[in-house]
Amino acid sequence: MKNDILRLLERDSRYTHEQLATMLGTTTDVVAAAIKELEDEKIILGYKTLINWERTDRDNISAIITIKITPQRGDGYDKIAERIYKYPQVKGVTLMSGSFDLLVSVEGKSLKDVAMFVSEKLAPMDGVVSTNTHFTLKTYKKENVIFTSEELDDREVITI
Amino acid sequence: MRDVAEMISPHIADMAPSGIRKFFDIVAEMKDAISLGVGEPDFITPWTIREAGIYALEKGHTHYTSNAGLKELRQELCRYTHRTYGLDYEEDETLITVGGSEAIDLMVRAIISKGDEALIPEPSFVCYKPCVTMAGGTPVPIVTREEDEFRLTPEALAEKITDRTKLLVLPYPNNPTGAIMEKESLEAIADVIRDKDILVLSDEIYGALTYQGSHVPFASIDGMKERTVTINGFSKAFAMTGWRLGYAMGPKPLIKAMLKIHQYAIMCAPTTSQYAAVEALRSCDDDVAAMRDEYNLRRRVMVKGFRDMGLSCFEPMGAFYVFPNISSLGLSSEDFATQLLKEEKVAVVPGTAFGDSGEGFVRCSYAYSVKNIETALDRISSFVRRHRG
Repeated sequence: MKNDILRLLERDSRYTHEQLATMLGTTTDVVAAAIKELEDEKIILGYKTLINWERTDRDNISAIITIKITPQRGDGYDKIAERIYKYPQVKGVTLMSGSFDLLVSVEGKSLKDVAMFVSEKLAPMDGVVSTNTHFTLKTYKKENVIFTSEELDDREVITI
Repeated sequence: MRDVAEMISPHIADMAPSGIRKFFDIVAEMKDAISLGVGEPDFITPWTIREAGIYALEKGHTHYTSNAGLKELRQELCRYTHRTYGLDYEEDETLITVGGSEAIDLMVRAIISKGDEALIPEPSFVCYKPCVTMAGGTPVPIVTREEDEFRLTPEALAEKITDRTKLLVLPYPNNPTGAIMEKESLEAIADVIRDKDILVLSDEIYGALTYQGSHVPFASIDGMKERTVTINGFSKAFAMTGWRLGYAMGPKPLIKAMLKIHQYAIMCAPTTSQYAAVEALRSCDDDVAAMRDEYNLRRRVMVKGFRDMGLSCFEPMGAFYVFPNISSLGLSSEDFATQLLKEEKVAVVPGTAFGDSGEGFVRCSYAYSVKNIETALDRISSFVRRHRG
């Protein structure tokens, strides 16, 4: 039940308890209790809106920065990750397997803004071996939502 | 020369066109209209299947396949049927057709001739009756009732069997009612026909869309495989309606006879679609399950919506239709549908399109987004309130 609720809320966090109950064939009390537990357990961390900023007049720029670091004895990668995620410009930090360690997403007002942040804050940080900055040009799909086209109902009239 | 209209063969000229269509010609013209009328999935074919079709074209697989269908596809189908239902068929008991509809026509034409009777539970899909008529036979409807959850009962069946009965159509999971037949119900039907020379056309096109337990093929009932042609296809389960691909599985002599008609009328099913279908059978069980889960959510939303309006609504356990009873409003199905479209701009299909016994019901499809369904339900609800007066 909890996973079913999560799956639906992940798709649309505005579903009401009543809607969820109907779709899952249960009662609103069960849904409300499950959601409260999920929130208390910090499994549900928030309810946000997915926005395609590219279609607004806001001039923001976002970048993915891949970082190689030297893990520290005792703390592994966590300490450096924490130092990085505390910056408000940093929107996401993930530890990865492969040719680099941290995948950091950063937002800024301009290319220069982001570049300065990387060169002044991230690159010189203790334990950071190297950084690689990739600017986002266009989002095609994010959070399972296609950004670039609208899918229309093109089913024609047919006898069936 | 005579007026060409007068030269149409009388048995075709006299045939009524499907009752579903006329509403939707109106919907197409109407702004802000919402349709709950379409009988096909809203999902687009899973990408891996589409990609397999594209690859087939790129590789230049643009020729005919053998009449019975791509060997690889028939083999894959036999494996799929074994793993899904534990039913064992061989390649030459399998025929790939242009949609399930062609397979229905082939089966009927292969066995029905003048004087033969075909039993057809109603309400049901619109094509069985005309297929039987075109083959020269006599369609004999068997009314199924809301209080029996629209199942075919052994009593109703026994009552309609005569010396001329040659075919029983079993359209479950059912369009338009959403009814299913569980194992016990099928066994009871099997017992009625066991000692009789009656063949069975089991149309299981919605089999993968069953929401309670798993679908039970009629051929899996003891002793029934020898007399049953199971018709299925890729349209509903894999959201592949436009690919036009179905199949029939059954006893060799029957499949051979069907193949004879198929090879003269159709030659073979579309090649690109057949390559895509191989991929569908091989790697899309999860996609099918995900679509089924999604339909199931919508099904619950729709049933609750109609019950909240105070209408009697049988809970469908298969396909993607809900068949609420609107007779308490004192409107005929046709009037309900016409006025609903005019006043609230929602299109549904009158139950009478699926046989006279559909009077008092309308068919609503939930092959639409939850948002679309909720908007439609809101509008139908105000319509119902107004007409209840």
